[in-house]
Amino acid sequence: MRILSRLPEAWRQPLAVVGAVVALAWLVIAAAAPLLAPHDPLAQDLPRLASPGPGHWFGTDQLGRDILSRIMYGARVSIPLTLLLVVLSLLIGGALGASAGYFGRWVGEGIMRLADLVFAFPTVILAMVVAAALGASLTNAVLAVLVVAWPAYARVTRGLVLGMREREFVLSGRLLGFSAWRSLRVDVLPNVTGPILVLATLDIGTALLLLSGLSFLGLGAKPPSPEWGAMVAAGVDVFDSWWVATFPGLAILTVVLAFNFLGDTLRDALDPRTARAIKERAL
Amino acid sequence: MSQPSAPSDVPAGGTAPRRATRMGGSRSTRMGGRGPRHPLARFLLRRIGVAVLLGFGITLVTFVLTNLVPGDPVTANLGQRALGDPAIVAQFRAEHGLDKPLPAQYLTYLGGLVRGDLGMSQQSHRPVLTDLAEFVPATIELAGGAIVISLVAGVAFGVVAALRRDRLSDQVLRVVSLIGISVPTFWLALVAFYVFFFRLQITPGSGRVAPDMSAPPGVTGLYTVDAALAGQWDVFSSAVGHLITPALVLAAYTIGLLTRFTRSAVLEVLGQDYVRAARAKGLPGRVILFRYVLRSALVPIITVAGLAFGSLLSGTVLVESVFARPGIGQYAYKSATTLDLPAVMGVGLVVGGVYVLINLVVDILYGVIDPRVRLS
Repeated sequence: MRILSRLPEAWRQPLAVVGAVVALAWLVIAAAAPLLAPHDPLAQDLPRLASPGPGHWFGTDQLGRDILSRIMYGARVSIPLTLLLVVLSLLIGGALGASAGYFGRWVGEGIMRLADLVFAFPTVILAMVVAAALGASLTNAVLAVLVVAWPAYARVTRGLVLGMREREFVLSGRLLGFSAWRSLRVDVLPNVTGPILVLATLDIGTALLLLSGLSFLGLGAKPPSPEWGAMVAAGVDVFDSWWVATFPGLAILTVVLAFNFLGDTLRDALDPRTARAIKERAL
Repeated sequence: MSQPSAPSDVPAGGTAPRRATRMGGSRSTRMGGRGPRHPLARFLLRRIGVAVLLGFGITLVTFVLTNLVPGDPVTANLGQRALGDPAIVAQFRAEHGLDKPLPAQYLTYLGGLVRGDLGMSQQSHRPVLTDLAEFVPATIELAGGAIVISLVAGVAFGVVAALRRDRLSDQVLRVVSLIGISVPTFWLALVAFYVFFFRLQITPGSGRVAPDMSAPPGVTGLYTVDAALAGQWDVFSSAVGHLITPALVLAAYTIGLLTRFTRSAVLEVLGQDYVRAARAKGLPGRVILFRYVLRSALVPIITVAGLAFGSLLSGTVLVESVFARPGIGQYAYKSATTLDLPAVMGVGLVVGGVYVLINLVVDILYGVIDPRVRLS
């Protein structure tokens, strides 16, 4: 496949390597948090608001909990939920977008107008309304982000499928008697996955930012959950103990940055314009 | 935001990249199709129609969303003791029309809307319009400041990155812009507040002006403009000072976004034949950059800038909460958490209106920048 043959180019980019290493490191931390974390993330047995130092490298919070351990356990909250969120919005948005692009006018129009409406609302405000209406909890925050995240996939998938539908090999398949479903599955979808996966990679960062933002506002994870956004919010109350808010925020930043490094390089590798530029230089 | 360009025929406020984004170098920027009697009138009519539909859609979505779900504005607004008293609950329901069936509630709201009445806020017990008039200017100042900063910094960074492609400065700017896109706004706001206000004490604290100053006489509601109009220069400088850090924080994301887009837009134009021709006939680099390259590249750039304004408005919720600026983001937060339906719909309408307006400005700017758009 075209995409796979271009991948090696992406891996030669230092940014992609850094992104992959950092993302992998976070996945390992999330998986092995019980083994790696020096303390129980919920135990309140350390001195309160101790500044970073030996024994508690990222300091402790106002309840005497070890921040490093909480961040490690927080990775088990934030990262799987974010990935789940992106997969769900890809599936929902992708399915809706593909049917809008491939099947009839009315279904397609309806779906796309709904997507436009969601787009016109600022994401945080809409997500906030949904989260508040459902009641503050992490699951509901995920649902809220889902409500605002699917239209991007629907729009991109629809555009790609529309372009693909008229291609000769798809038409000849249909003329040979492929059913609409088979044609969509065999001819169209494999050819549109690349750009959608790039969008999904870039979207992991956005989804994490939105999810932790909702938690920061008090509309997501509830205490004592070591969710990163909620941990930053806890740092607002103890302003002069800078470490309480700083380290969880850095955790969010590094995860988002890692996936954005990856997504950005992937996009460059898949973007025909950039590929052309690289080829021209090689000549 | 940074999605691959997909053909999308979107009337709703033109939230998709418009047809003038020229990917792959094609330059067909036609507006409209068959026989316009007066293109401008047709265009404006269409825009107004879209705006009305969008406003209708926004109220409908908010209304349906907040009513489908289990949350109840009564429990969100009344205290425990009041909730125990059926008379108070019934009175609250009657006062806000919550005792009527849903379609009737919605029609009542729409009826008021046509007369310019956005309903009463259940939280502040004031007309939503009054609330909005009080909170919107603070956000306009903040978002306006942020978009100016983003345009200046983002375009400058993007041009430098494109001109020095693949050199060290390009790589550094790439990392910087990706950091700008990746940083959690609420966290950056806290860090900036801590470092610049708490530690270094070079910026003022929260709010819109210093605590010992009173607000300038209200004309526009924009403290900077009002203070300047009244000649209160100490208030003016305090208001500007209070604006700088939050605006910079808010701009981080859009600077990153605009840097990336400007870079690719400028690269695209740099490869065009007419730029090569200009270079071949020996025009100085400055002239080529400003008159040939930047002017063409500006069309996709302002498209993205228009789209970025939406994410700026999202960011205001988080920034305003950290810097305690009484703006529409804070208001949206308070009304969302208390399920104050009229207030949430009011915010939605304002924001949707801003979308339509920004898109209109972007469309007009196309014509100003690129004469070919005007001619067609």
